[in-house]
Amino acid sequence: MGEYAIEMAGITKVFPGVVANDGVDLRVRDGEIHALLGENGAGKSTLMSILFGLYEADSGSIRIRGADVRIHDPNEANALGIGMVHQHFKLVHNYTVAENIVLGLEPRTRTGGVDLGLAERRVAELSRQYGLSVDPRARVESITVGMQQRVEILKILYRNADILIFDEPTAVLTPQEVDELMAILERLRSEGKTIVLITHKLREIKQAAERCTVLRRGKVVGTVEVAATSEEAMAEMMVGREVKFRVDKAAARPGELVLKIEGLTVKNAKGFDAVRGLDLEVRSGEIVGLAGVDGNGQAELIEAITGLASPEAGRILLKGRDIAALGIRERIRLGVGHVPEDRHKHGLVLKFRLDENLALKSFDRPPFSGFAGILRPKAMAAHASEMIGQFDIRAAEGPATTASSMSGGNQQKAIIAREIDLSPELLVVAQPTRGLDVGAIEYIHRRIVAERDKGRAVLLVSYELDEILDLCDRIAAISKGEIVGVVDAAGADERAIGAMMAGLRAPGGAQGAGAGA
Amino acid sequence: MARRAAGLGRGPIVRLAGSDAAMSVLVVILGFLVGTALVAAVGRDPANMYRAIIQVVSGFDLTRGTWNARYIGEWLVASTPLVLCGLSMAFAARAGLFNIGAEGQYIVGLTVAQFVAFYGPPVPILHWVLAVLLGMLAAAAWGGLVGFLKARYAVSEVVATIMMNYIALYLSRYLTMLIPGTNTYKTPSFPATVRLGNAWLEGLTNRSRLNTGFYLMLASVLFFWFLMEKTRTGFALRATGFNKDAARCSGIDVTRSTVLSMAISGAFAGLAGCAVCLGSFGYGRVLAGLDNYGFNGIAVALVGNSSAPGTFLAGLLFGMLQSAQPLMQSRQIPKEVTYIISGLVVVFISLRSGFGLILEARAKQLARKGKPRDE
Ligand SMILES: Nc1ncnc2c1ncn2[C@@H]1O[C@H](COP(=O)(O)OP(=O)(O)OP(=O)(O)O)[C@@H](O)[C@H]1O
Ligand SMILES: [Mg+2]
Repeated sequence: MGEYAIEMAGITKVFPGVVANDGVDLRVRDGEIHALLGENGAGKSTLMSILFGLYEADSGSIRIRGADVRIHDPNEANALGIGMVHQHFKLVHNYTVAENIVLGLEPRTRTGGVDLGLAERRVAELSRQYGLSVDPRARVESITVGMQQRVEILKILYRNADILIFDEPTAVLTPQEVDELMAILERLRSEGKTIVLITHKLREIKQAAERCTVLRRGKVVGTVEVAATSEEAMAEMMVGREVKFRVDKAAARPGELVLKIEGLTVKNAKGFDAVRGLDLEVRSGEIVGLAGVDGNGQAELIEAITGLASPEAGRILLKGRDIAALGIRERIRLGVGHVPEDRHKHGLVLKFRLDENLALKSFDRPPFSGFAGILRPKAMAAHASEMIGQFDIRAAEGPATTASSMSGGNQQKAIIAREIDLSPELLVVAQPTRGLDVGAIEYIHRRIVAERDKGRAVLLVSYELDEILDLCDRIAAISKGEIVGVVDAAGADERAIGAMMAGLRAPGGAQGAGAGA
Repeated sequence: MARRAAGLGRGPIVRLAGSDAAMSVLVVILGFLVGTALVAAVGRDPANMYRAIIQVVSGFDLTRGTWNARYIGEWLVASTPLVLCGLSMAFAARAGLFNIGAEGQYIVGLTVAQFVAFYGPPVPILHWVLAVLLGMLAAAAWGGLVGFLKARYAVSEVVATIMMNYIALYLSRYLTMLIPGTNTYKTPSFPATVRLGNAWLEGLTNRSRLNTGFYLMLASVLFFWFLMEKTRTGFALRATGFNKDAARCSGIDVTRSTVLSMAISGAFAGLAGCAVCLGSFGYGRVLAGLDNYGFNGIAVALVGNSSAPGTFLAGLLFGMLQSAQPLMQSRQIPKEVTYIISGLVVVFISLRSGFGLILEARAKQLARKGKPRDE
């Protein structure tokens, strides 16, 4: 007894228009880290939501530690020792860390009040035991994303969970925080916990998991021993074809200057100079990558270029014309395309249909609007059908699909399709592949390179150095709102760029930093 | 709006819960059921309540076996401002704004119409057209100002509109009393050229007060529907309502959307004021308090799901309850029942999301029972 902590058999779940899980079998051994891999929309979150009692399977059975169970809601899952860390955290922002952790199960004083002192001690104890450093008294709104995630983990440990489900835990983390999380997972495993890890990063699976179950379009492709399987083989299993990890691209042929930024200063929401006297150039036919740690002025720079924020000082020249004072709409007309970092907040109107979202920047012009500003729904639907074909967007109900029901990868493809379709002179792309599967990443990278080859100027912001190294022709390192150095991507030294991101000036300083490390 | 729950393994109950329109109908039926039970509980015959309602909407008096079309006319007169104020609320709601100011915008429209009645050119047709247009324009400015404050200075439209309601009320009282011959509650009679009276409609409904305001209301419903669903302006408003950030990012002028939606919203409420003032009354009023059409409009829009046809139907429903009151009283049914029914409908609608969840859980249970166990 007791070899398997989780046994799910023949799980099927149907949503309108799509079979999310189709007779899925999943067996997770007691005390292992088991990875769940699959394309966007393959049904990973659905499967784990069923295990956690958020959805009910249409058919199939679940055994936990050998016993048949039916899990109707998360409370029942908790009672069975199952806890889940969701991709979007569910914390109360103006509560302290300790209050969040004990919420719903507060230790009581003799008079029936909440014993906060005891709560804080218990939290401190747990955090020592598992090596999860948090400050029990800090307010959740004031701590980093990485720490919020640790709070979520502590919250389920506090409820004595020994089966822990992580749904894309690394998608929101900085590279350093990812390393910390990997160490935490290992620590949890050594304490005897069973872990299911959903991630799109094959490297993380290699690093942490013992076995990996691969899903494709709702069905299990197979379960493999991670140590005996290459990343390429896993990627091929999940996509069903060979995946290229490195972007195939010819040498760049930079042309005229498209974007020239001079002495740009932008304040952030708190009133500090987030971008300080920044200079940057992007030519047609090249991809310039902005490498930097999150929070060094990248977001504010993009806002200033696209018109979401107005700069304090400096000039933003698009093909020689200063656009710094123009409105967002005029900039779009002049050829500034923007794939925003937060696709749900800035990229899509989730309650609109796909065809409406694809026309979001051009709905007021022919062919989408005709005489007297009357909309032409047929033209919108036809345009959407064309985009669906051209960009391989998977949408259950075609142009009429509500954007919110599409998977993350397909939402991103829709945004890329909309922007590229407008054929912008300058394409500003922020974090284009966050949370996407390797197949979708490959596709989106190919599209961005194709834009470059059409002679567009591309400015790419990414917090992942790999993506920048892979995709860009030139790399500009940003630190504290300034460009620290610009290097050619061909033959660029990862460590040298890392040093620049930390604020050390190129080029001489980079080598020194490498030697000193 | 809820995802349309199409086919595939979903029971009819769940499908119902997924459709906003069906939900509204369900909720109204429920309200009436409870109302019926209440009437029975206080020892009166619920059939009398329905007789009163049937008389309002069809003119037939089932007790005496007579027919009088005037009841239908009065029902439509009562519904006109309710529909218009509902449209006002709904229009702002679709753009993501909560317009509690329909009441104030209604008063502004009414007050301006009263002034045009006395100081406008007493030329047939031109006179009332001018009164209505200026009334709507002033109400649009009244609402648009709130939109501007919201868009430019992030002033909450809820707080701003509530304050503007009281400013409108007291300003209206003060200004109206300046009209010569006005006593503490009414002005002299309006000239006939400004009245919205419509001989044909009156003839059709046995000399009810049904007037041209009814046509203006119908036109407003059509205008709302067309602008919101069929034009690029409506597209921009809806996008702003669902996701302001994405709308802005896409080059939609959110400031313009906000001001425009509040202004149009105000114009609907202002038209309601004009219709009441020039249609139902022959004289100007020194308002002693709020008429409450604006606030009832919130309920109307809620039940109508903020769509044009829904708001129209919901307005007719509330108008029906309102004009059934005297008939109920004459049949020994306490008129308060109508308030209870409309109150319940609003409460149920607000509980809609919870309601949908319960229905879905029920359907799940039923499905589970009907299925062979799969271990
Ligand atoms: N509540 C829902 N209603 C309708 N369809 C849904 C719902 N949740 C998921 N789906 C659909 O079910 C399928 C599986 O979705 P799921 O979220 O499980 O995928 P995933 O593997 O977690 O993808 P990702 O990597 O993008 O998170 C998708 O096609 C999705 O559109
Ligand atoms: Mg998922």
